[in-house]
Amino acid sequence: MIYDLAIVGAGPAGMAAGIEAAALGLSVTVLDEQPAPGGQVFRAVEAASGDAALAGEFRDAGGALAAAFRAVRGIAYRPQTTLWHLDPEAGLLSVVSGGATAEIQARRILLATGAQERPVPIAGWTLPGVMSAGAAQILLKTAGAVPDGSVVIAGQGPLCWLLAVQLLRAGVERLTLLETGSGGAFRDALRAGGLWTGRKLLAKGLALMRETRARGLRVVRNVRDLRAEGDGRIRTVRWRQGSRDHALACDTLLLHEGVIPSTHITRALGLDHDWDARQLCWRPRLDRWGATSHANVAVAGDGGGIGGWEAAAAGGRLAAIDAAHRLGRFDAAVRETRAADASKARHAALALRPFLDRLYRPGPGVLAPTDDTIVCRCEEITAGQIRDAARLGAAGPNQVKAYLRAGMGPCQGRMCGTVVAGLIAETRGTSMESVGALRPRAPFKPMTVGELANQRPDAIPELTA
Amino acid sequence: MTDPDILVVGGGLHGLSAALHLARTGRRVRVLEARQVAAQASGYSAGGVRTLGRHIAEVPLALEAIARWHRIADLVGDGCGFHAAGQVRVAETQAELARLSERVARLRAEGWAHEELADAATVRRLLPAVAPHVVGGIVTRRDGFAAPLRTTLAFARAARAAGAEIAEDARVTTVERRAGLWQLRTREGDLHAAPLLLNAAGAWGGRIARAAGEPIPLGFNAFQMLLTDALPPFLAPVVGAAGRPLSFKQSETGHVMIGGGHKGHANLDTGDVRLDVPRLAYSARTALDLFPILRDARIVHAWAGIEGVTPDELPVIGRSAVADGLVHAFGFSGHGFALAPLVGEIAADLLLDGVSRHPIAAFGPARFGQPGAVSETRSALLQPAG
Repeated sequence: MIYDLAIVGAGPAGMAAGIEAAALGLSVTVLDEQPAPGGQVFRAVEAASGDAALAGEFRDAGGALAAAFRAVRGIAYRPQTTLWHLDPEAGLLSVVSGGATAEIQARRILLATGAQERPVPIAGWTLPGVMSAGAAQILLKTAGAVPDGSVVIAGQGPLCWLLAVQLLRAGVERLTLLETGSGGAFRDALRAGGLWTGRKLLAKGLALMRETRARGLRVVRNVRDLRAEGDGRIRTVRWRQGSRDHALACDTLLLHEGVIPSTHITRALGLDHDWDARQLCWRPRLDRWGATSHANVAVAGDGGGIGGWEAAAAGGRLAAIDAAHRLGRFDAAVRETRAADASKARHAALALRPFLDRLYRPGPGVLAPTDDTIVCRCEEITAGQIRDAARLGAAGPNQVKAYLRAGMGPCQGRMCGTVVAGLIAETRGTSMESVGALRPRAPFKPMTVGELANQRPDAIPELTA
Repeated sequence: MTDPDILVVGGGLHGLSAALHLARTGRRVRVLEARQVAAQASGYSAGGVRTLGRHIAEVPLALEAIARWHRIADLVGDGCGFHAAGQVRVAETQAELARLSERVARLRAEGWAHEELADAATVRRLLPAVAPHVVGGIVTRRDGFAAPLRTTLAFARAARAAGAEIAEDARVTTVERRAGLWQLRTREGDLHAAPLLLNAAGAWGGRIARAAGEPIPLGFNAFQMLLTDALPPFLAPVVGAAGRPLSFKQSETGHVMIGGGHKGHANLDTGDVRLDVPRLAYSARTALDLFPILRDARIVHAWAGIEGVTPDELPVIGRSAVADGLVHAFGFSGHGFALAPLVGEIAADLLLDGVSRHPIAAFGPARFGQPGAVSETRSALLQPAG
């Protein structure tokens, strides 16, 4: 069958879009890599319903959204299904699930693939014992795994505080937060406004910070030049503060410099993107309905720009309403009427965003690691090698990929693509826009030769144009 | 900026090789590249360097070119990632083996001994992981593979060092011959003029030829390729198959590249390519049939590169049949990478002396006669890319 709408991702945006689209009478399929709905923010939320360490918004709001999604009949929900290729002209989604491949056809495609953590390439970040704060949170949510010994969270952004609370509640005793933000960021952030409209979210953040203090979190501010050191695994974390060097024994280092839109698929499709110079990331160019530069493809949620789960859910609804309009269910005036609630909800959810974007603005260092730092983890390519390739004539990340294989490993450049572009821009003295974004290739996630071979039709299709 | 003696359209491997050879004679050369150096086939080639399986007309060029690959650093100051790991074309049936045997005999009759017929045991010794049904094949021991982008950038650096100018983002939109000069205008409106012009525009070579008043039929293909994650070493030579499209090799880093001419979709105006999933799956099946060890190997990349293809699948190399001071070198039809170190010299000689000492009669631009409506799409090739 041909679906009206195929939704990629079952996080807040994908779930809300699916619920809305089904209510509007569209035939909908939702495919998702996870075994259960929730996305990253509400990962495994159905299973976590009894876990006290995860109580609060996560369990209540996330649980309610997942339950509503499950309750809708008529959504073809495909968990544990990975999109590996997308042909938007033909509306063909190539997926792999349980070792078999299949193709799904849809008139319209909504990418709700969410955010990814910004990679934080510092010296020693590939040592065992160093991981991203998000990975630690996944371990906590899905396996109840709590790190032992001296635990250090280094970086900035709301997740650092949320994770600190969650780790302290889970029993971590020696926890230090090394904040990398600069001193002037707070004043700059206040100028962005939105504090009154966003007061609910702001209050939530302040409550988190109060709780970490009460539970004995040690906080060090204005940290820079972070390094992880150790023989075989991390033993020490080093940093500079002002003009002084510091070191701390460390068993687990959790790095976090905020989250960025997951633009892997939108870039692979060659959609128009803009460079966000404040948050140092690419964003697909979208209209207020989430429509992209391709007539058949829309984006909702953090994949279009970081806004948090409430903005994502509202954006999902808007994209679903727009899909129904584009498929001829109602005219533009009705679309406006139906969108009123979701538009208002998104506006409120995004009110604090300019403040947060300025407060947690990543330092330029995240795109300019030292020469000895490994940038491409899959192929173990250092920043120095990438600078050399740029000097030898590689003009963009796609050429560096062909030249050094940076971005050619199993992560497909998710970790290194933007850093590689930043290093080229720095070395060649040019802008990110002119260096351009890494154009990822299918498969969007690795699949095996055997899985792909299974897709062979009985007879090869006729070889004509 | 002094006026150049020669304009080269196309900053791919062939245009840059010609620019290098021309600049080393002291001529002023300017290369006009629509995007960036190596933006198209030169950057996306599978990088095969082979004499194996060449059309009879291409054999002398391929043999001369392979000699240059063995000392490529002398030419461009970089090893270009060339490995003389050999190439093997395997036969899966006795009928295929008989055809390969006839081919080797025909080459011997012409005096060429570079292709050796190999029995099943020899093939298995060269390719320990090959499937048991393989009955033999052809081996060329001096062939191998190189790193395409590294090679093209090395030629670009060497050309610049010799004095050539390379203008990127210079897409040629009009071509005119006036008062003994070729006058080329780019999309940005810049005018470039020189008495001599080389058309090395790859898949876009037909458009440049037509703009210069010489219609030459040229289609194009978007050759699809697959790359796996790094695997433990199991394969040294590049492998092709006698009976079906395949180009298969493992790099020094362990990654396996699977190509073979199953094409995707492409758009010459935008340069965009799209994969054809069923045909890609067919390539995976072919590779798996011949190397069962690949079943659980993870595919990390699949892509397609645009390549110009002529009606007889041989390149266009020669002086224009209709205009003075114009030489063509394009339409390599998926097997031009290996020839580039030589074709640059041939193009330079044709531009400066009007003749080449190498046999190129089979590649003349006039060989297709007066073409009718030029189609830019055609059926997929059964010849390996690279």
